[in-house]
Amino acid sequence: MTRALAAEGLAWLCRAVCGVSVQWLCDPFARTQRVYFANHTSHLDAVLIWGCLPHCQRRRTHPVAARDYWDAAPVRRWLSEAFGAVLIDRGSISSRRNPLDDMERALGNEDSLILFPEGTRGDGPDCGRFHSGLYHLAMRRNCLEFIPVHLRNLNRIMPKGEFLPVPLISQVTFGPSMRAEPGVAKTAFLDGAKDALESLSQP
Amino acid sequence: MTAATPLVSFWSGIGAALSVATLAGWAGARLAEGRPACATFRDAVERIHSWWLMCAALFIAHLFGTTGMATLFGFVSFLALREFITIVPTRLSDHRTLLYAFFIFTPLQYALVGMRWYGLFAVMIPVYAFLFMPLRTVLRQDPARFLERTAMVQWALMVCVYCVSHVPALLMLRIPGYEGRGMDLAFYLILVVQMSDILQYIWGKLIGRHPIVPAISPNKTWAGFLGGIASATLLGGLLRGLTPFSLPQALGISLLVTLMGFAGGMTMSAIKRDRGIKDYGRAIPGHGGTLDRIDSLCFAAPVFFHLVRYYFT
Repeated sequence: MTRALAAEGLAWLCRAVCGVSVQWLCDPFARTQRVYFANHTSHLDAVLIWGCLPHCQRRRTHPVAARDYWDAAPVRRWLSEAFGAVLIDRGSISSRRNPLDDMERALGNEDSLILFPEGTRGDGPDCGRFHSGLYHLAMRRNCLEFIPVHLRNLNRIMPKGEFLPVPLISQVTFGPSMRAEPGVAKTAFLDGAKDALESLSQP
Repeated sequence: MTAATPLVSFWSGIGAALSVATLAGWAGARLAEGRPACATFRDAVERIHSWWLMCAALFIAHLFGTTGMATLFGFVSFLALREFITIVPTRLSDHRTLLYAFFIFTPLQYALVGMRWYGLFAVMIPVYAFLFMPLRTVLRQDPARFLERTAMVQWALMVCVYCVSHVPALLMLRIPGYEGRGMDLAFYLILVVQMSDILQYIWGKLIGRHPIVPAISPNKTWAGFLGGIASATLLGGLLRGLTPFSLPQALGISLLVTLMGFAGGMTMSAIKRDRGIKDYGRAIPGHGGTLDRIDSLCFAAPVFFHLVRYYFT
Protein backbone atom coordinates (compact mmCIF):
# COMPACT_ATOMS: atom_id res chain seq x y z
CA MET A 1 0.00 0.00 0.00
CA THR A 2 2.73 2.45 1.01
CA ARG A 3 4.73 1.39 -2.00
CA ALA A 4 1.81 1.83 -4.37
CA LEU A 5 1.16 5.31 -2.97
CA ALA A 6 4.84 6.19 -3.18
CA ALA A 7 4.95 5.03 -6.80
CA GLU A 8 1.87 7.11 -7.70
CA GLY A 9 3.25 10.13 -5.84
CA LEU A 10 6.66 9.90 -7.49
CA ALA A 11 5.10 9.41 -10.91
CA TRP A 12 2.99 12.52 -10.37
CA LEU A 13 6.03 14.51 -9.22
CA CYS A 14 8.04 13.28 -12.18
CA ARG A 15 5.31 14.34 -14.59
CA ALA A 16 5.11 17.77 -12.96
CA VAL A 17 8.88 18.31 -13.02
CA CYS A 18 9.08 17.22 -16.64
CA GLY A 19 6.04 19.32 -17.64
CA VAL A 20 5.09 16.41 -19.83
CA SER A 21 2.67 16.41 -22.73
CA VAL A 22 1.66 12.95 -23.88
CA GLN A 23 0.69 11.90 -27.36
CA TRP A 24 -0.83 8.51 -28.14
CA LEU A 25 -0.67 7.03 -31.63
CA CYS A 26 -1.98 3.68 -30.37
CA ASP A 27 -4.79 2.65 -28.03
CA PRO A 28 -3.71 3.51 -24.47
CA PHE A 29 -6.24 1.14 -22.94
CA ALA A 30 -5.70 -2.00 -25.04
CA ARG A 31 -5.57 -5.15 -22.91
CA THR A 32 -2.86 -6.70 -25.10
CA GLN A 33 0.53 -7.61 -23.68
CA ARG A 34 2.99 -4.95 -24.67
CA VAL A 35 6.64 -4.05 -24.65
CA TYR A 36 7.08 -0.26 -24.53
CA PHE A 37 10.59 0.46 -25.78
CA ALA A 38 12.13 3.91 -25.51
CA ASN A 39 15.26 5.99 -25.99
CA HIS A 40 17.15 6.22 -22.71
CA THR A 41 18.76 9.45 -21.54
CA SER A 42 17.91 9.99 -17.88
CA HIS A 43 17.02 8.34 -14.59
CA LEU A 44 13.53 9.77 -14.89
CA ASP A 45 12.71 7.91 -18.11
CA ALA A 46 11.15 4.74 -16.71
CA VAL A 47 9.12 6.54 -14.03
CA LEU A 48 7.89 9.09 -16.55
CA ILE A 49 6.72 6.47 -19.05
CA TRP A 50 5.08 4.49 -16.26
CA GLY A 51 3.36 7.66 -15.04
CA CYS A 52 2.10 8.50 -18.54
CA LEU A 53 0.24 5.21 -18.80
CA PRO A 54 -3.45 5.13 -17.87
CA HIS A 55 -4.00 3.99 -14.28
CA CYS A 56 -5.42 0.66 -15.35
CA GLN A 57 -2.16 -0.15 -17.17
CA ARG A 58 0.30 0.94 -14.50
CA ARG A 59 -0.01 -2.00 -12.12
CA ARG A 60 0.45 -4.50 -14.92
CA THR A 61 3.42 -2.73 -16.55
CA HIS A 62 6.92 -3.41 -15.27
CA PRO A 63 10.01 -1.31 -16.08
CA VAL A 64 13.05 -3.44 -16.87
CA ALA A 65 16.08 -2.11 -15.00
CA ALA A 66 19.71 -3.08 -14.42
CA ARG A 67 20.25 -5.13 -11.28
CA ASP A 68 23.80 -3.85 -10.74
CA TYR A 69 22.43 -0.32 -10.21
CA TRP A 70 18.95 -0.77 -8.76
CA ASP A 71 19.85 -3.54 -6.34
CA ALA A 72 22.94 -1.75 -5.02
CA ALA A 73 21.34 0.37 -2.26
CA PRO A 74 18.26 -0.07 -0.02
CA VAL A 75 16.50 3.05 -1.34
CA ARG A 76 16.99 1.98 -4.95
CA ARG A 77 15.81 -1.54 -4.19
CA TRP A 78 12.72 -0.18 -2.45
CA LEU A 79 11.99 2.12 -5.40
CA SER A 80 12.38 -0.65 -7.94
CA GLU A 81 9.93 -2.75 -5.94
CA ALA A 82 7.46 0.13 -5.68
CA PHE A 83 7.32 0.39 -9.47
CA GLY A 84 7.19 -3.37 -9.89
CA ALA A 85 10.47 -3.30 -11.80
CA VAL A 86 12.11 -6.38 -13.25
CA LEU A 87 15.79 -6.36 -12.35
CA ILE A 88 18.06 -8.03 -14.86
CA ASP A 89 21.78 -8.68 -15.10
CA ARG A 90 23.19 -6.69 -17.95
CA GLY A 91 26.40 -7.40 -19.79
CA SER A 92 27.18 -11.07 -20.28
CA ILE A 93 24.22 -13.41 -20.60
CA SER A 94 25.15 -16.56 -18.75
CA SER A 95 23.26 -19.75 -19.39
CA ARG A 96 22.62 -19.96 -15.65
CA ARG A 97 20.68 -16.75 -15.43
CA ASN A 98 19.23 -15.43 -18.67
CA PRO A 99 17.60 -11.99 -18.35
CA LEU A 100 15.05 -13.09 -20.92
CA ASP A 101 13.75 -15.65 -18.44
CA ASP A 102 13.25 -12.90 -15.86
CA MET A 103 11.41 -10.75 -18.38
CA GLU A 104 9.23 -13.62 -19.50
CA ARG A 105 8.37 -14.45 -15.92
CA ALA A 106 7.36 -10.81 -15.31
CA LEU A 107 5.23 -10.78 -18.45
CA GLY A 108 3.22 -13.73 -17.17
CA ASN A 109 -0.06 -14.03 -18.99
CA GLU A 110 -1.26 -10.45 -19.01
CA ASP A 111 1.50 -8.03 -18.01
CA SER A 112 3.63 -5.61 -20.03
CA LEU A 113 7.20 -4.30 -19.92
CA ILE A 114 9.00 -0.99 -20.30
CA LEU A 115 12.36 -1.60 -21.93
CA PHE A 116 15.33 0.53 -22.96
CA PRO A 117 16.94 -1.45 -25.77
CA GLU A 118 20.01 0.78 -25.88
CA GLY A 119 20.90 -0.85 -22.58
CA THR A 120 22.33 2.30 -21.03
CA ARG A 121 21.67 6.01 -20.99
CA GLY A 122 22.88 8.02 -23.96
CA ASP A 123 23.92 11.65 -23.54
CA GLY A 124 22.28 13.25 -26.54
CA PRO A 125 18.97 13.23 -28.38
CA ASP A 126 20.24 10.54 -30.77
CA CYS A 127 19.44 6.90 -30.26
CA GLY A 128 22.23 4.37 -29.82
CA ARG A 129 22.50 0.79 -31.10
CA PHE A 130 19.75 -1.57 -29.93
CA HIS A 131 20.65 -4.68 -27.96
CA SER A 132 19.17 -7.92 -29.21
CA GLY A 133 16.99 -8.61 -26.15
CA LEU A 134 14.03 -6.96 -27.85
CA TYR A 135 14.34 -9.43 -30.75
CA HIS A 136 14.69 -12.51 -28.57
CA LEU A 137 11.65 -11.42 -26.57
CA ALA A 138 9.70 -11.13 -29.80
CA MET A 139 10.78 -14.62 -30.85
CA ARG A 140 9.84 -16.19 -27.54
CA ARG A 141 6.43 -14.53 -27.34
CA ASN A 142 4.85 -13.87 -30.70
CA CYS A 143 1.71 -12.37 -29.13
CA LEU A 144 3.63 -9.31 -27.86
CA GLU A 145 2.86 -5.85 -29.20
CA PHE A 146 5.89 -3.56 -29.45
CA ILE A 147 5.23 0.15 -28.84
CA PRO A 148 8.00 2.64 -29.62
CA VAL A 149 8.01 5.43 -27.03
CA HIS A 150 9.91 8.58 -27.82
CA LEU A 151 11.10 10.80 -24.97
CA ARG A 152 11.94 14.35 -25.95
CA ASN A 153 14.05 16.70 -23.80
CA LEU A 154 14.62 14.22 -20.97
CA ASN A 155 18.33 14.41 -21.75
CA ARG A 156 18.18 18.13 -21.05
CA ILE A 157 16.01 17.84 -17.96
CA MET A 158 18.31 15.41 -16.20
CA PRO A 159 21.47 14.58 -18.11
CA LYS A 160 23.79 11.80 -17.10
CA GLY A 161 25.73 12.60 -13.96
CA GLU A 162 23.32 15.26 -12.63
CA PHE A 163 21.27 14.92 -9.46
CA LEU A 164 18.73 17.70 -9.77
CA PRO A 165 16.40 18.13 -12.75
CA VAL A 166 15.97 21.39 -14.64
CA PRO A 167 12.17 21.51 -15.06
CA LEU A 168 11.86 21.99 -18.81
CA ILE A 169 8.91 20.80 -20.91
CA SER A 170 9.10 17.25 -22.22
CA GLN A 171 7.08 15.23 -24.68
CA VAL A 172 6.31 11.54 -24.56
CA THR A 173 5.02 10.01 -27.79
CA PHE A 174 3.62 6.49 -27.81
CA GLY A 175 3.96 5.35 -31.42
CA PRO A 176 1.85 2.91 -33.44
CA SER A 177 2.17 -0.67 -32.23
CA MET A 178 4.23 -3.16 -34.21
CA ARG A 179 4.57 -6.94 -34.15
CA ALA A 180 7.38 -9.25 -35.16
CA GLU A 181 6.59 -11.09 -38.36
CA PRO A 182 7.35 -14.81 -38.09
CA GLY A 183 10.86 -15.63 -39.27
CA VAL A 184 12.03 -12.01 -39.42
CA ALA A 185 15.81 -11.62 -39.28
CA LYS A 186 17.34 -10.17 -36.14
CA THR A 187 18.94 -7.12 -37.75
CA ALA A 188 15.83 -6.40 -39.80
CA PHE A 189 13.65 -6.46 -36.70
CA LEU A 190 15.99 -4.33 -34.60
CA ASP A 191 16.52 -1.81 -37.42
CA GLY A 192 12.78 -1.60 -37.94
CA ALA A 193 12.22 -0.98 -34.25
CA LYS A 194 14.91 1.69 -34.15
CA ASP A 195 13.50 3.39 -37.25
CA ALA A 196 10.03 3.35 -35.73
CA LEU A 197 11.37 5.02 -32.59
CA GLU A 198 13.43 7.58 -34.45
CA SER A 199 10.57 8.47 -36.77
CA LEU A 200 8.70 9.73 -33.69
CA SER A 201 11.44 12.28 -33.00
CA GLN A 202 10.24 14.52 -35.83
CA PRO A 203 7.93 17.12 -34.35
CA MET B 1 -15.49 49.69 2.98
CA THR B 2 -15.43 52.65 0.61
CA ALA B 3 -11.76 51.95 -0.16
CA ALA B 4 -12.73 48.51 -1.52
CA THR B 5 -15.33 49.91 -3.89
CA PRO B 6 -13.10 50.19 -7.00
CA LEU B 7 -11.99 46.58 -6.52
CA VAL B 8 -15.54 45.36 -6.10
CA SER B 9 -16.62 47.15 -9.26
CA PHE B 10 -13.49 45.84 -11.01
CA TRP B 11 -14.35 42.23 -10.28
CA SER B 12 -18.05 42.71 -11.02
CA GLY B 13 -17.05 44.25 -14.32
CA ILE B 14 -14.74 41.34 -15.13
CA GLY B 15 -17.44 38.81 -14.24
CA ALA B 16 -20.05 40.61 -16.33
CA ALA B 17 -17.72 41.03 -19.31
CA LEU B 18 -16.70 37.38 -19.25
CA SER B 19 -20.31 36.25 -18.94
CA VAL B 20 -21.33 38.36 -21.93
CA ALA B 21 -18.31 37.10 -23.89
CA THR B 22 -19.12 33.49 -23.01
CA LEU B 23 -22.75 33.83 -24.13
CA ALA B 24 -21.75 35.71 -27.29
CA GLY B 25 -19.17 33.03 -28.10
CA TRP B 26 -21.68 30.22 -27.67
CA ALA B 27 -24.34 32.03 -29.66
CA GLY B 28 -21.85 32.89 -32.39
CA ALA B 29 -20.62 29.32 -32.67
CA ARG B 30 -24.24 28.09 -32.87
CA LEU B 31 -25.28 30.65 -35.51
CA ALA B 32 -22.17 30.15 -37.63
CA GLU B 33 -22.56 26.35 -37.62
CA GLY B 34 -21.18 24.93 -40.86
CA ARG B 35 -19.53 28.15 -41.99
CA PRO B 36 -15.81 29.00 -41.73
CA ALA B 37 -16.51 31.62 -39.05
CA CYS B 38 -17.57 28.79 -36.75
CA ALA B 39 -13.93 27.83 -36.14
CA THR B 40 -13.16 31.40 -35.06
CA PHE B 41 -16.03 31.30 -32.58
CA ARG B 42 -15.01 27.91 -31.23
CA ASP B 43 -11.48 29.24 -30.78
CA ALA B 44 -12.94 32.27 -28.98
CA VAL B 45 -15.00 30.06 -26.67
CA GLU B 46 -11.89 28.11 -25.71
CA ARG B 47 -9.98 31.33 -25.08
CA ILE B 48 -12.78 32.75 -22.95
CA HIS B 49 -12.93 29.56 -20.95
CA SER B 50 -9.22 29.97 -20.18
CA TRP B 51 -9.86 33.61 -19.28
CA TRP B 52 -12.30 32.47 -16.60
CA LEU B 53 -9.61 30.28 -15.08
CA MET B 54 -6.91 32.97 -15.28
CA CYS B 55 -9.21 35.53 -13.67
CA ALA B 56 -10.11 33.02 -10.97
CA ALA B 57 -6.41 32.49 -10.23
CA LEU B 58 -5.89 36.25 -10.05
CA PHE B 59 -8.94 36.67 -7.82
CA ILE B 60 -7.77 34.04 -5.36
CA ALA B 61 -4.23 35.43 -5.33
CA HIS B 62 -5.38 38.97 -4.61
CA LEU B 63 -7.25 37.82 -1.51
CA PHE B 64 -3.84 37.01 -0.02
CA GLY B 65 -2.41 40.45 -0.72
CA THR B 66 1.23 40.95 -1.63
CA THR B 67 2.15 37.37 -0.72
CA GLY B 68 -0.61 35.95 -2.91
CA MET B 69 0.28 38.13 -5.88
CA ALA B 70 4.02 37.46 -5.52
CA THR B 71 3.31 33.72 -5.36
CA LEU B 72 1.00 33.75 -8.39
CA PHE B 73 3.37 35.78 -10.54
CA GLY B 74 6.32 33.77 -9.27
CA PHE B 75 4.56 30.68 -10.59
CA VAL B 76 3.75 32.44 -13.87
CA SER B 77 7.42 33.37 -14.18
CA PHE B 78 8.43 29.79 -13.54
CA LEU B 79 6.10 28.51 -16.28
CA ALA B 80 7.32 31.18 -18.69
CA LEU B 81 10.98 30.50 -17.91
CA ARG B 82 10.57 26.78 -18.52
CA GLU B 83 8.87 27.45 -21.84
CA PHE B 84 11.61 29.86 -22.87
CA ILE B 85 14.54 27.64 -21.88
CA THR B 86 12.87 24.63 -23.51
CA ILE B 87 12.90 26.25 -26.95
CA VAL B 88 16.37 27.82 -26.86
CA PRO B 89 19.44 25.70 -27.67
CA THR B 90 21.25 25.42 -24.36
CA ARG B 91 23.93 22.78 -23.89
CA LEU B 92 24.17 20.08 -21.27
CA SER B 93 26.99 22.05 -19.61
CA ASP B 94 24.46 24.80 -18.80
CA HIS B 95 22.62 22.44 -16.46
CA ARG B 96 23.91 23.82 -13.15
CA THR B 97 23.52 27.42 -14.32
CA LEU B 98 19.90 26.70 -15.19
CA LEU B 99 19.32 25.20 -11.76
CA TYR B 100 20.36 28.56 -10.27
CA ALA B 101 18.04 30.41 -12.64
CA PHE B 102 15.04 28.23 -11.76
CA PHE B 103 15.55 27.50 -8.09
CA ILE B 104 17.55 30.44 -6.72
CA PHE B 105 17.04 33.60 -8.76
CA THR B 106 13.35 33.15 -9.60
CA PRO B 107 12.14 32.51 -6.03
CA LEU B 108 14.54 35.13 -4.66
CA GLN B 109 13.20 37.83 -6.98
CA TYR B 110 9.64 37.24 -5.74
CA ALA B 111 10.79 36.93 -2.13
CA LEU B 112 12.24 40.42 -2.54
CA VAL B 113 8.83 41.61 -3.78
CA GLY B 114 7.21 40.06 -0.72
CA MET B 115 9.82 41.71 1.53
CA ARG B 116 9.33 45.05 -0.26
CA TRP B 117 13.10 45.34 -0.63
CA TYR B 118 13.12 47.62 -3.66
CA GLY B 119 16.87 48.29 -3.73
CA LEU B 120 17.85 44.67 -4.25
CA PHE B 121 14.73 43.82 -6.28
CA ALA B 122 15.77 46.35 -8.92
CA VAL B 123 19.36 45.12 -9.35
CA MET B 124 19.47 41.45 -8.38
CA ILE B 125 18.91 39.97 -11.86
CA PRO B 126 20.39 42.76 -14.03
CA VAL B 127 23.55 42.96 -11.89
CA TYR B 128 24.15 39.98 -9.65
CA ALA B 129 22.60 37.19 -11.73
CA PHE B 130 24.17 38.79 -14.79
CA LEU B 131 27.62 38.51 -13.25
CA PHE B 132 27.16 35.20 -11.46
CA MET B 133 25.63 33.00 -14.14
CA PRO B 134 28.39 33.27 -16.77
CA LEU B 135 30.87 32.54 -13.99
CA ARG B 136 28.96 29.39 -13.07
CA THR B 137 28.92 28.35 -16.73
CA VAL B 138 32.65 29.04 -17.13
CA LEU B 139 33.43 26.53 -14.42
CA ARG B 140 32.05 23.76 -16.64
CA GLN B 141 34.83 24.51 -19.14
CA ASP B 142 32.70 24.30 -22.25
CA PRO B 143 33.43 27.36 -24.40
CA ALA B 144 31.24 26.34 -27.34
CA ARG B 145 28.80 29.17 -28.17
CA PHE B 146 29.59 30.62 -24.74
CA LEU B 147 28.37 34.16 -25.27
CA GLU B 148 25.23 32.96 -27.03
CA ARG B 149 24.34 30.54 -24.23
CA THR B 150 25.01 33.08 -21.50
CA ALA B 151 22.96 35.68 -23.32
CA MET B 152 20.03 33.30 -23.78
CA VAL B 153 19.82 32.43 -20.10
CA GLN B 154 20.20 36.06 -19.02
CA TRP B 155 17.55 37.14 -21.51
CA ALA B 156 15.22 34.43 -20.28
CA LEU B 157 15.61 35.61 -16.69
CA MET B 158 15.13 39.25 -17.65
CA VAL B 159 11.97 38.72 -19.68
CA CYS B 160 10.31 35.89 -17.78
CA VAL B 161 11.26 36.77 -14.22
CA TYR B 162 12.58 40.32 -13.85
CA CYS B 163 10.02 42.01 -16.10
CA VAL B 164 7.04 39.97 -14.88
CA SER B 165 7.95 40.61 -11.24
CA HIS B 166 7.18 44.30 -11.77
CA VAL B 167 3.46 43.50 -11.72
CA PRO B 168 3.29 42.41 -8.05
CA ALA B 169 6.04 44.97 -7.32
CA LEU B 170 3.41 47.67 -7.89
CA LEU B 171 2.11 46.68 -4.46
CA MET B 172 5.25 48.02 -2.81
CA LEU B 173 4.85 51.56 -4.13
CA ARG B 174 3.70 54.13 -1.62
CA ILE B 175 1.74 56.84 -3.41
CA PRO B 176 0.61 59.85 -1.34
CA GLY B 177 -3.19 59.99 -1.18
CA TYR B 178 -3.43 56.48 -2.65
CA GLU B 179 -2.17 54.35 0.25
CA GLY B 180 -3.01 50.66 0.35
CA ARG B 181 -4.35 50.56 -3.20
CA GLY B 182 -1.40 49.04 -5.01
CA MET B 183 -3.64 46.11 -5.93
CA ASP B 184 -5.90 48.44 -7.96
CA LEU B 185 -2.87 49.67 -9.83
CA ALA B 186 -1.72 46.12 -10.65
CA PHE B 187 -5.19 45.21 -11.92
CA TYR B 188 -5.33 48.40 -13.96
CA LEU B 189 -2.07 47.52 -15.70
CA ILE B 190 -3.07 43.90 -16.32
CA LEU B 191 -6.50 44.90 -17.63
CA VAL B 192 -5.29 47.61 -19.99
CA VAL B 193 -2.49 45.46 -21.42
CA GLN B 194 -4.58 42.31 -21.83
CA MET B 195 -7.56 44.23 -23.22
CA SER B 196 -5.18 45.83 -25.70
CA ASP B 197 -4.17 42.34 -26.86
CA ILE B 198 -7.80 41.26 -27.15
CA LEU B 199 -8.92 44.44 -28.90
CA GLN B 200 -6.01 44.23 -31.35
CA TYR B 201 -7.06 40.67 -32.10
CA ILE B 202 -10.71 41.65 -32.60
CA TRP B 203 -9.96 44.72 -34.74
CA GLY B 204 -7.53 42.66 -36.78
CA LYS B 205 -10.09 39.89 -37.32
CA LEU B 206 -12.79 42.37 -38.30
CA ILE B 207 -11.02 44.78 -40.65
CA GLY B 208 -7.34 43.81 -40.63
CA ARG B 209 -5.75 43.63 -44.09
CA HIS B 210 -2.16 44.85 -44.20
CA PRO B 211 0.37 43.20 -41.92
CA ILE B 212 2.80 45.50 -40.13
CA VAL B 213 5.72 43.11 -39.83
CA PRO B 214 4.91 40.19 -42.16
CA ALA B 215 8.31 38.56 -41.66
CA ILE B 216 7.74 38.41 -37.90
CA SER B 217 4.03 37.99 -37.32
CA PRO B 218 1.56 37.89 -40.23
CA ASN B 219 -1.39 38.26 -37.83
CA LYS B 220 -0.50 41.75 -36.64
CA THR B 221 -2.21 44.20 -38.98
CA TRP B 222 -2.26 47.99 -39.14
CA ALA B 223 -6.01 48.05 -38.46
CA GLY B 224 -5.60 45.73 -35.48
CA PHE B 225 -2.72 47.80 -34.16
CA LEU B 226 -4.35 51.22 -34.53
CA GLY B 227 -7.84 50.13 -33.50
CA GLY B 228 -6.58 48.03 -30.59
CA ILE B 229 -4.20 50.66 -29.22
CA ALA B 230 -6.79 53.44 -29.57
CA SER B 231 -9.62 51.53 -27.93
CA ALA B 232 -7.41 50.15 -25.13
CA THR B 233 -6.09 53.66 -24.45
CA LEU B 234 -9.65 54.90 -24.25
CA LEU B 235 -10.49 52.08 -21.86
CA GLY B 236 -7.49 53.04 -19.75
CA GLY B 237 -8.89 56.57 -19.56
CA LEU B 238 -12.34 55.31 -18.53
CA LEU B 239 -10.87 53.13 -15.78
CA ARG B 240 -8.80 55.85 -14.17
CA GLY B 241 -10.92 55.46 -11.02
CA LEU B 242 -8.62 52.56 -10.17
CA THR B 243 -5.58 54.82 -10.30
CA PRO B 244 -4.16 58.04 -8.86
CA PHE B 245 -3.97 59.47 -12.42
CA SER B 246 -5.85 62.42 -13.93
CA LEU B 247 -7.62 61.79 -17.24
CA PRO B 248 -4.78 63.07 -19.49
CA GLN B 249 -2.27 61.15 -17.38
CA ALA B 250 -4.33 57.95 -17.59
CA LEU B 251 -4.66 58.30 -21.36
CA GLY B 252 -0.96 59.01 -21.81
CA ILE B 253 0.16 56.17 -19.58
CA SER B 254 -2.30 53.74 -21.20
CA LEU B 255 -1.04 54.69 -24.63
CA LEU B 256 2.56 54.10 -23.60
CA VAL B 257 1.75 50.82 -21.87
CA THR B 258 -0.22 49.43 -24.82
CA LEU B 259 2.58 50.42 -27.20
CA MET B 260 5.07 48.62 -24.97
CA GLY B 261 2.73 45.63 -24.96
CA PHE B 262 2.71 45.63 -28.75
CA ALA B 263 6.50 45.80 -28.76
CA GLY B 264 6.60 42.84 -26.37
CA GLY B 265 4.29 40.75 -28.53
CA MET B 266 6.36 41.50 -31.60
CA THR B 267 9.70 40.78 -29.94
CA MET B 268 8.58 37.47 -28.50
CA SER B 269 7.14 36.57 -31.93
CA ALA B 270 10.55 37.14 -33.51
CA ILE B 271 12.04 34.55 -31.17
CA LYS B 272 9.29 32.06 -32.05
CA ARG B 273 9.83 32.71 -35.75
CA ASP B 274 13.54 32.06 -35.44
CA ARG B 275 12.96 28.82 -33.53
CA GLY B 276 10.32 27.70 -36.03
CA ILE B 277 7.44 27.38 -33.59
CA LYS B 278 3.97 28.88 -33.48
CA ASP B 279 3.43 28.95 -29.72
CA TYR B 280 5.69 28.78 -26.68
CA GLY B 281 3.72 25.88 -25.27
CA ARG B 282 0.28 24.51 -24.59
CA ALA B 283 -0.20 25.56 -20.99
CA ILE B 284 -3.29 27.72 -21.64
CA PRO B 285 -5.87 26.15 -24.00
CA GLY B 286 -6.72 28.54 -26.84
CA HIS B 287 -3.89 30.91 -26.02
CA GLY B 288 -0.82 28.70 -26.46
CA GLY B 289 1.86 28.89 -23.80
CA THR B 290 2.10 31.08 -20.72
CA LEU B 291 4.62 33.24 -22.53
CA ASP B 292 2.20 33.79 -25.42
CA ARG B 293 -0.26 35.27 -22.94
CA ILE B 294 2.13 37.47 -20.98
CA ASP B 295 4.53 38.61 -23.72
CA SER B 296 2.97 42.07 -23.81
CA LEU B 297 2.84 42.33 -20.02
CA CYS B 298 6.59 41.53 -19.84
CA PHE B 299 7.42 44.70 -21.74
CA ALA B 300 4.70 46.91 -20.30
CA ALA B 301 5.11 46.17 -16.59
CA PRO B 302 8.61 47.60 -15.91
CA VAL B 303 7.88 50.79 -17.86
CA PHE B 304 4.56 51.28 -16.07
CA PHE B 305 6.21 50.57 -12.71
CA HIS B 306 9.00 53.09 -13.16
CA LEU B 307 6.72 55.71 -14.62
CA VAL B 308 4.46 55.53 -11.57
CA ARG B 309 7.39 55.26 -9.19
CA TYR B 310 9.13 58.31 -10.67
CA TYR B 311 6.18 60.66 -11.03
CA PHE B 312 3.79 59.61 -8.28
CA THR B 313 5.84 58.54 -5.25
